[in-house]
Amino acid sequence: MGSCSSHAASIPDWDDIRRETGFSQASLVRLHHRFRALDCNKKGYLCRMDLQQIGALAVNPLGDRIIDSFFPDGSHSVDFRGFVRILAHFRPVEDEGTGIRDPKEPEPLNSRMNKLRFAFQLYDLDRDGKISRHEMLQVLRLMVGAQVTEEQLESIADRTVQEADEDGDGAVSFLEFAKTLEKMNVEQKMSIRILK
Amino acid sequence: MGYWATLRMERGAKEKNHQLYKPYTNGIIAKDPTSLEEEIKEIRRSGSTKALDNTPEFELSDIFYFCRKGMETIMDDEVTKRFSAEELESWNLLSRTNYNFQYISLRLTVLWGLGVLIRYCFLLPLRIALAFTGISLLVVGTTMVGYLPNGRFKEFLSKHVHLMCYRICVRALTAIITYHDRKNRPKNGGICVANHTSPIDVIILASDGYYAMVGQVHGGLMGVIQRAVVKACPHVWFERSEVKDRHLVAKRLTEHVRDKSKLPILIFPEGTCINNTSVMMFKKGSFEIGATVYPVAIKYDPQFGDAFWNSSKYGMVTYLLRMMTSWAIVCSVWYLPPMTRETDEDAVQFANRVKSAIARQGGLVDLLWDGGLKREKVKDTFKEEQQKLYSKMIVGNHEDRSRS
Repeated sequence: MGSCSSHAASIPDWDDIRRETGFSQASLVRLHHRFRALDCNKKGYLCRMDLQQIGALAVNPLGDRIIDSFFPDGSHSVDFRGFVRILAHFRPVEDEGTGIRDPKEPEPLNSRMNKLRFAFQLYDLDRDGKISRHEMLQVLRLMVGAQVTEEQLESIADRTVQEADEDGDGAVSFLEFAKTLEKMNVEQKMSIRILK
Repeated sequence: MGYWATLRMERGAKEKNHQLYKPYTNGIIAKDPTSLEEEIKEIRRSGSTKALDNTPEFELSDIFYFCRKGMETIMDDEVTKRFSAEELESWNLLSRTNYNFQYISLRLTVLWGLGVLIRYCFLLPLRIALAFTGISLLVVGTTMVGYLPNGRFKEFLSKHVHLMCYRICVRALTAIITYHDRKNRPKNGGICVANHTSPIDVIILASDGYYAMVGQVHGGLMGVIQRAVVKACPHVWFERSEVKDRHLVAKRLTEHVRDKSKLPILIFPEGTCINNTSVMMFKKGSFEIGATVYPVAIKYDPQFGDAFWNSSKYGMVTYLLRMMTSWAIVCSVWYLPPMTRETDEDAVQFANRVKSAIARQGGLVDLLWDGGLKREKVKDTFKEEQQKLYSKMIVGNHEDRSRS
């Protein structure tokens, strides 16, 4: 008796996680199963190497940046709660009328602003709230590898920062970033639907 | 009976208001099969009002594509799920295959308990006895045959000793095997390739045909068996140091197949055990030799016992014990018609052609990924391809552009 079971009650804070992320019970069970499949040594948490093992992620040019987003503040491990919290950013936005949400409740993780914030911190390497020209260059370099010369990349980075920068400080803040993308259908482009 | 057990569990679960975890076979997220270029253009189009021409440029929103693709792979990818045991739709009364095991009803538990009793106290000792007999007969028999002078009589005896002992081992595991198309069985001077799920594959194939094995020299019981069988017929065993030298391996195999009187070689080109839902990349070494290839597809029926050997989870002895305490091992073996390398295809293309044929026959998913991903990281060349595609979108094909 008693083999490994992904029984809901065995995970601590199950209800807290549900409320915080907004995932359905079925989705959370699936994600927990996925978490345990990725955790190869059954440690109970994920380390960088567990995520680096995913072949399709390693070939993604921004794979390392995405993995970094799971380990904020220099930590080296992420538990199930942290794992699901990041994935919750990609939960599709349900069609609820604006203004119905209770203003006292914290903003849901998959709101438009939070999705944009997630994309912003992929650019913002030192997490200082601004994308400098130097950071833009580094991220561009990740995306193109060795295919593009330094001058071409610099001119692209310069142009992009110039176009987005409104207060002239030579860097793109989060508000400037959001303004540039105000017409973008962020809700749809940054959403992943979990099958029932 | 499996269906009844599952129905009972589901009904019990509904009564207690739990949500039973339904096993998924197709993946857990909805994916759109669009290319990098299409998706990034789509993203840009939805974000700006200006007309989209084809001039290469960079947009801040391009990052959304990579970000989402990356997250999708974290939630679900094709490879990781091949290295753990397959999940079943209905329960087969083995607690090891049920991830949702919880107390549902007295009747079911009693049934399960009875199953445990039968499997551990009745079947297991019987099987261990048979296995013991089979292995000792193999070692003793082949050693004795080895003393005979080379000739037809030795061959005849060797073949029958091998076959008999493997058949005893098959009984020891209670493997119920259905062979299809036996007319296509591998002949001398050829190479037999098959998909790999567990070490039992060897026993299953060898009990129906007389093969020359290829493998690394092991210590312990395996080593004793290896040393014994090679006395009776020429198997190809490599020292650990020789395995790294690909040319040496290829040379020895080529010499073997060139001799038409020698037995067909049995090789598993995936290089590692996969969980029998898919076939992974075949290593091209065996396909460079130039002999006729006889593909064989092996598919286990997971209803009676999961044969996949998860070597990172279980050692060999634990694995064999698990096999011997399952109900039975039911599998189908298809012998496919022989294939040879065409003049205009290279070894890799030939390997992929054989792999597709095996996957199609066995009803397995044909994957391009390398089974070595179980233990190592993927090569950087694949990442470069993505980077190349993206660079084209933002700077064009290295053409000079004058910017205002």
